[in-house]
Amino acid sequence: MSVLPETAAVYWRPRVDAARLRRRGRGWTLSTVAHTVPFLATAVLLIALEPLSFPVAAIAVVHAWGIPALYANRGAGVVRPRPRGGAEPERTALGLLGDLIGHEARALHACTGLAPERGRLGVWLVGQAGALLVRPGGRRVDCWCVQAKPVTSEARRTDGELPSADRTAQLLLALREDEEGFATVANLAFSGAAWRLRRRLPAAMRPALDAARARA
Amino acid sequence: MARLIRMDQTGHTTLAEWTAGDDAAVEAAVAAFREQLDAGYYAVVSTGEGHAEQVRELPADAELVILRRPIAGG
Repeated sequence: MSVLPETAAVYWRPRVDAARLRRRGRGWTLSTVAHTVPFLATAVLLIALEPLSFPVAAIAVVHAWGIPALYANRGAGVVRPRPRGGAEPERTALGLLGDLIGHEARALHACTGLAPERGRLGVWLVGQAGALLVRPGGRRVDCWCVQAKPVTSEARRTDGELPSADRTAQLLLALREDEEGFATVANLAFSGAAWRLRRRLPAAMRPALDAARARA
Repeated sequence: MARLIRMDQTGHTTLAEWTAGDDAAVEAAVAAFREQLDAGYYAVVSTGEGHAEQVRELPADAELVILRRPIAGG
């Protein structure tokens, strides 16, 4: 198996594997509890001490709900659609992406903009500037922010933006080369409950998450 | 006919085409391949469903060699 060469640029990061993902997931859960429980405890205490303080208690409950929701929103942001290119480049790019993925995946991508890919770590949904990893069992989703970069600063000025399907294809190829390396290079934007993420995803993308959860 | 393509703002551009017996075409493809690798692209060949392999030399027997940009955390 080849190692993704981009991992050399993040040499300080330990290579991601299933055990490391589980530990990071537990860290995210603990962080969510640490954000939520104090607000809920405050709300309960306020009501117990003085029932008339319920407006303040309600604000505390809203905070307890809202902070994890904000994290989930950040996670959903990694797959939100980016601006599209011209019609002809998009068509050409879509043809190439279609050749890379199977019939079922092509149909799901056409409906949702996300390309499904089964890996050893779970089921991936690859977008234009990030990917979702639905972990085995389908209850937890990791959101990875990662994108294809111009090869040089000169290219950044002259290359122009890639068509949306090309952006997805570049990530898909890197993922297929080295799944753990891909997760090592990418930035983890969110790890948490699939239901929480689903609420923050654009409605058109939710069927892709549902399908990935069913397969995971 | 085998192809070397680069994903770019046009969708993709075919940089070289060759057949196994055509030495001149293979040589031109190798030159184009090296030039793109030197520019910072990575070359990838599909190796079955869900698998791809990075290559540093042009595989003359491959049907399709794709040049992709490097990826980085956003």
